[in-house]
Parts: sequence; structure tokens; C-alpha cells
Amino acid sequence: MTGVLIRNARLLDPVRHTDELGDVLVVGETIAALGPPATLSAADGVEIIDGGAGRLWVMPGLVDLHVHLREPGEEYKEDIESGSRAAAAGGFTTIVAMANTKPVADNAEVIRYVLERGRSVGLCRVLPVGAVTMGQAGETLAPFGELKAAGAVALSDDGHWLASSRLCRSALEYAQDFCLGLHMHAEDPGLSAGGLMHEGAVSTGLGLRGIPGAAEDVAVARDLILAEATGGRLHICHVSTARSVELIRAAKARGVRVTAEATPHHFTLTDEAVVGFDPNTKMRPPLRGVADRQAVIAGLADGTIDAIATDHAPHSTIEKDAPYEEAANGIIGLQTALPLALALWRAGGLSLLNMVERLTTGPLGVLGMTCPGLARGAPADLAILDPECTFDLTAAALMSKSKNSPFVGWQLKGAVETTLLGGRATYRRHESK
Amino acid sequence: MTRLAGQHLLGMRGLDRDTIYRILDTATGFRDISRRTIKKVPTLRGRVVLTIFYEPSTRTRMSFELAAKRLSADTAAIQVAGSAAQKGETLLDTAQNLDAMQLDAVVIRHGASGAPHFLAERIKARVINAGDGQHEHPTQALLDLYTMREHFGRLEGLEVSIVGDLLHSRVARSNLIGLATVGAKVRVFAPRTLLPPGLAETYGCTVCTTLDEALEGARVLMTLRLQKERMTSGLLPSLREYAREYGINAERLAKIRPDGVLMHPGPVNRGVELSPEVMDGPRSVILAQVENGVAVRMAVLYLILGGGEEAAS
Amino acid sequence: MARVVLEGPAIAQALDRMAATLCARATDAPFAVVGIRRGGEIIASRLAARLARQSGTTPPVGSIDITLYRDDGFGPHDWPVVGTSHVDFDPASYTIVLVDDVLYTGRTVRAAIDALLDYGRPKAIRLAVLVDRGLRELPFAADAVGLALATEPGEHVTVELAEAGGAGATGPAAAAGTAADRVIVEPAPRGRRL
Repeated sequence: MTGVLIRNARLLDPVRHTDELGDVLVVGETIAALGPPATLSAADGVEIIDGGAGRLWVMPGLVDLHVHLREPGEEYKEDIESGSRAAAAGGFTTIVAMANTKPVADNAEVIRYVLERGRSVGLCRVLPVGAVTMGQAGETLAPFGELKAAGAVALSDDGHWLASSRLCRSALEYAQDFCLGLHMHAEDPGLSAGGLMHEGAVSTGLGLRGIPGAAEDVAVARDLILAEATGGRLHICHVSTARSVELIRAAKARGVRVTAEATPHHFTLTDEAVVGFDPNTKMRPPLRGVADRQAVIAGLADGTIDAIATDHAPHSTIEKDAPYEEAANGIIGLQTALPLALALWRAGGLSLLNMVERLTTGPLGVLGMTCPGLARGAPADLAILDPECTFDLTAAALMSKSKNSPFVGWQLKGAVETTLLGGRATYRRHESK
Repeated sequence: MTRLAGQHLLGMRGLDRDTIYRILDTATGFRDISRRTIKKVPTLRGRVVLTIFYEPSTRTRMSFELAAKRLSADTAAIQVAGSAAQKGETLLDTAQNLDAMQLDAVVIRHGASGAPHFLAERIKARVINAGDGQHEHPTQALLDLYTMREHFGRLEGLEVSIVGDLLHSRVARSNLIGLATVGAKVRVFAPRTLLPPGLAETYGCTVCTTLDEALEGARVLMTLRLQKERMTSGLLPSLREYAREYGINAERLAKIRPDGVLMHPGPVNRGVELSPEVMDGPRSVILAQVENGVAVRMAVLYLILGGGEEAAS
Repeated sequence: MARVVLEGPAIAQALDRMAATLCARATDAPFAVVGIRRGGEIIASRLAARLARQSGTTPPVGSIDITLYRDDGFGPHDWPVVGTSHVDFDPASYTIVLVDDVLYTGRTVRAAIDALLDYGRPKAIRLAVLVDRGLRELPFAADAVGLALATEPGEHVTVELAEAGGAGATGPAAAAGTAADRVIVEPAPRGRRL
């Protein structure tokens, strides 16, 4: 039986809300023991990781609610293996695969394929999401029961907003029979049509057609009202505007079953980043204004936004190396989520345990699952990181097949040392150089 | 002062006041050449200037070609049939092909804002922006500034009003940048649906709430082209309504200063932005703009390409 | 160490001699005088006045700006000043006296001739320079020279003229007219030559 002993590290447990030095002994697939720093010992053959009196941190493996793995159908951009590899390098042990593949995950076959392929690659737990409508065309409901039985953990037409209010209401009602949440890409296409970036002074100066914040606010408002009316479970993807955060906060206060996520790029960048026309600043929803960014951060801090989710969207140079208007929307994010979250904590945006929660218990909670945390008997899904390690992000270091990230060239602080999935190392920093 | 030698001209952003004035001074020298019998000088002999236009335009392209030819450069033109769903070569592929042809300068007009910047990062030739999306049209702004300065002798403190479809106008944006740089006093007016956000904070201009407010006291009335597509995208009800509410006719033109002039980047939608009488009337300097356009483009090509061996490296 | 090689009255005499030389070889075609901007303009007008006295007819006067005809473009740190040429007569009827202050490599003259020919085809062109400092790079020779000097490539020759506000442009020296004219030779400052 293999094992890993992490000795004298700083242990961050978002379930018990503890932050203290200690040892963790992993035997086989589970956490066998926890103890005060430098007290546990291990049998021969057990790998010892020296936590350096808190130089290394240990937290539950990160969970990403929003990843586009592009398989089946667009494997030239990414596939389940390269995506899992990038996830493991980012400290993730669970990723949720979005349904807009080719073919769309609106049937059991695609769901099962993704699940099995993820298992056989074995670098990350891949949880598939099923579509809300057939072909994600927004016209007829997909078979939620079949999808759930095949292994779907949620439903989403991400990429599109369910414009038909009638159908949205039906979906919210029907999904309840199967305990599935609707993960909504809230964007009114009538208001966002033709838009390339956030509408504001920056878009005026750059001559790029703008997407007003109202495009998201209008959609969020409608979705919240229907969720309240139906009692269904609603999750708002990639929240980007101040008004959305406000609406979600008020709805939660009223008891609406709504959760929300925000991306690292939305809490790190604003529309100013678009100056210079780098197509790696182009995504939906777009990078917004300063007040919106501040509101997203405040939402993460007070729990209005439950999870940090990357919306990892790989695109090859064919789609991205083009004039801004012609470039595809989306950026990758699995390997930059953690350092950017740490930067937010360092800047005072979030407390440290809150930050860990948004990356672990928060996303699992959205799916209706519990995070076991750092406890005896829990699966040994762990992220071991060196928060002080500084590095320049290069395209070569990105494990994803696609390199569409605006953070290439940035100096980041906070590197994953080792990621354990069920006790097995899926990533080691020194091996990947 | 930023030197232009060996640089791209992608926009008015980045040109400081002295640079702008120097370009205008250089253009004066070139205007005289265009007025003598032999309208050519050998300055850019042997250089190759390619114009590649993804959007249709007769006058701007002609203006650049004439400018290049009058400098004795060789020219070539590519007119790419424009359409949003255009098949065929991507701009990236085009860029690489252009590079292989060993050109000196590429003059590009494209429907996507930022396309010239994209090209400039990928080819060796110098890139001159002849209009990118709704972003910039620097040589238009330069010839507009030239026309204004020639007429009034100065630009600082000059009362300029820009009126029309500001939302979609790259000409307006370039002019707003240039006018702010030279210290003119700028007011703007547009129908509400054609008014982009953040103009005052981005360009330091005053946004007027009525057309009359913008007309009064203006020494330069710059009107913008309205494209008919605005009707179909739900921004305006009809051309007739635009002409009635916002078109410049003799009555409205009389509200600007007695010594004021009327400008338009062309082509004019007769009877929409301008009534025929004012378009052909004594206050209009629209044709002067066209003449100045060739001189200004000659100046730009000369300043970018006319340097010696050291400037090229 | 700058040295003054010609000044005041000596310059006036040089110009007289140049005019005489030109008149001695005059043909049927009347003279027109064209100064190469900017050093040759003032000398051109002074020479034109002398030709008027000596020949009895006033020659038309023009100027040529050679910036756009140079064979070497401009350097990366320069901002070229494109001036205007003024040739308001038809060169075909005249013997044109092309005038410059200093003849050096000959490249300026080459450019000026090209520029002049774009205005028309003169009957003849005569070259008149105040100072010929040698060190030719192109095969040109002046028809009338005020002063021939032997110089080194490292030296710089400056012609200061009263009308241009040269040394002593104010005060009694200026009132005396050409008393302020000087031709100076000094070690070259950094910069480009033509």
C-alpha cells in the first residue's frame, strides 16, 4: 500500500474552519491520520513531503465548476486528458465538464463517454454536465432523467441563455424531480448582440461595440424571478456585474435557491485590459468596469458568490490569433486560478479560509455535495502548494493544448507543489519542468 | 516629439502636439507640388506602397494612391470584397503573404477595430491605418486639422463642434483625440441612440444635449456620415426623421459663427446629414478637405518612408 | 579653432567678380537666378542685383528647396523641413544661374538640378557658388566661384550674411550693410552634411 506523509505543513480546512500547522498521513486512497506538526511517522516506502514549518500549505483538492474540455468534438483545442493535466497542475482534483461539446451532451452516450474517459485518464475527477435543451438550441427540453442516470451532476446550456421564459420555467420545475440544478449563462442576446467588450468609456475609446451590463442584469433578474416562482435550483455562471451581485444577494435573503460563481479574470481584470486589442481579453461575459469588479469581490467575500470557477475555455490560434472582432470568446484558466485567488486574498479582498471555501466547499455545495475536508477517512484529494513561490507564467508551462490566457508573461505568486487524487500524485511541480 | 520615421501610423493616439504640427507643416510643402505642372517628386522612388481595403472606399484609396504616386513610389491595390462572413484568407495569412512580397508600406482599411495593430505586429512593412472599424482614421483627422488650421490660422482654443453619428464614427474619434491634443475647444452632439458613453471623460469634450447648443458659437461645424444600416438596427426610425431633426440645412448653418465653416469627411448623404444648398454653399470647405487629403497623406508617407538607411533600420 | 577666411568688403568683391564671369560667357538667353534654399537664396538675390547692373536687364529670381530630391532621405533623429520652391517663370526661356553658398560634395547641386528640371527644360544652367571647398563626391564644377578653399572633411564651412542676421547684425556694422558678412571654417559639429 502506498502512502504520503506531509509533515509540518500549514493545514487549511474549510469544513472545520481551521488553519494550523500539522501533519497529514495518507495511506492508500484516504487520509489515514492527522496530527500536530512533526508528530506523525510513517512506514518505509512512504513518501515524505516536508512542509517546512508552514512553508507548504495543504488544502482539499480544488473544485472547478465550469470547465470546457472540448471532448468530444474539438480535440484540437483540448481534450479530457490535456484538460485534466492542466487541472491537476492547477491544484484541482475535481472538474465539472460543460455540455457544449460536439455532439452536445444532451444524451446518455456523451455523458457516459465523458465520465469514463475522465476515469481512464485518471488525473482528475471529471463530472459531466448535461444540456438543458436538445442541441442547446433552446427549443425542447433534454431528457434530464436519462442524463442524471448516466452521471450528469448538473444541467447547463452554457454559451447560451435560455431565452424562452416558458421553457426556462419548465426546466426549473422538471429538474427538481431529479435534484439537478440549472447552471445559467445569463445574457440577453438582444442586448449583447454584436458586442465585443463591456460598454463604457473604454469601448468608446477603442471603437469596439459594447455589451451593456444590462444584458446580464436583465437575464439574471428574469432567472431569479422564475427560480423563486418555481422553487427550482438556479446557479448563475460567471457573474460579472454589480447589479447581478446585488440581485442575487437580495434573492438569497428572500430564500430563493440560487447560487453563483465568478471567474478569476473577473475579479482580477477590468475592461481597461482590452486596450491594445489583445484577443485574450475577449470573453463572454466581458471584462467589466471597476465598480463591477469591486462588487464581484465583495460578493465573494460575503458569500453571495459561492464559488470561484474558471470557465476554462480553450481556443487554438486559429480562433484567437485574429483581429479582436473576429477572435473567439474565452480564455483558459485552470493553471492561473490559484495564484490569482491568492493575489486577491493578499490584496485584502477575501479572508484566507473564505478563499479556500470558494474553491472547495463552495463549488461542491452548489452541486449538492459535501466536501469532507481534511479528516480521517476522507478521500485523499489534496492540493499542496507553496504560496510564496514566484514564477513567470510562460506558454510552455501551460499543460493545456491551447494557450489563450492574458496572464502569460505575468509574474504570479503561488505555485502548486503536488496534487494528490485519491492518494496518488497527479502533478508534481519539479517533475514538470 | 515622436518621430514618424520608420514607425507605423495606427492612430492619433500617441501623436503629441508638436508631432501633429510638424506633419501639418510638412503637408504644406507637398500641397504646392500638387499644384504645379509636374506633380511628382522622386523622393520615394523605388518604394512600394500597397493599399488593401476590406471596406469599400473610392476617395480614401485614390487619395493614398495619388499621394504615393506623387512621391514616385510604386503602388498596388487590393480591394477585398467585404462581408462579415467572408471566406478565404484570414488577415493572418494575408499578413504573412504581404511580408513575403517585400513591401515598404501597407495602407489598410478594415472593418474590425484593431486590425491595423494586428497587422503591424506581424509584418515588416510599415502599416498606415486608413480606417479600422469604429476605432480610428488618423489621416482623416490630420487633414481635417490641416483644413481648420489653414482656414483659421490656429487650432488652440478653436471652437469646433462635431455633430452626427458619433457612436459609429472613427473619424470623430480620431478628430476628438487630435483636437484635444492641440487644445481646441470641442463640443459634440448626437441623437441619443448614437451617442457613445464616456465621451467627456475619454476626450475632454463637452457633450451637448441639443443640436442648437452645439451649433451656437461654432467656428468649425464638422458633420458626420450617417449610414443607412443604423435604421435596420433599431437605432433610428428613418432617414427622413434624421434629416428633419438633425440634418444641417441653411437655417441651422446660420446658427454657427458668421466666419464659421462646414466640414464633412465624405461621402455625404445628400439631403440627410447636409442639405444640397449648404453642401455646395460658400461655407463648405469639403472640397478643400479632399485636396488637403492628398498633401497630408504625402506628408505621412514621406515622414514614415523617406528616411535614409539609418531611419529604415 | 574657427577661422574667418573671408569677410565684409571681400565678399562683395567676390560677388562682383562672379557676376562679371557669368556675363562674360552670356549667350542670347537672358539670365534667371535660382538660389538653393536656404544658403543660396540671399546670395542669389545679391548676384541678381549685380547681373541687373552689369547686363542691363533684371533677371527673375526664384528658389529651389531640395529636401524632397535628396539622395539620402533623412536620419532617424531628424525632422525634415519641407520648404516650398518658387520658380514662377518658364525655365525654357532662360539660362538659369543656380546659386549656393558652399559647394562641397556636389550632392546638393545634383538634387537642385533635378528639382529645377521638374519645372522645365532651361536653355542652360550655370553654377555660381560663393565658396568652393573641394572634396567632391559627384563630378560638378562651378562656373563662377567667389573663393576656392582647401578644407578637411572634418571641418565645417559657414557663411554668415547680414540679411540673415549674422554676427553683428545690429549696431553700426549692420548699418554699414555687408560689413557683417563672414565666411568661417571650424571643426565640424556633430550632425549631417550635404
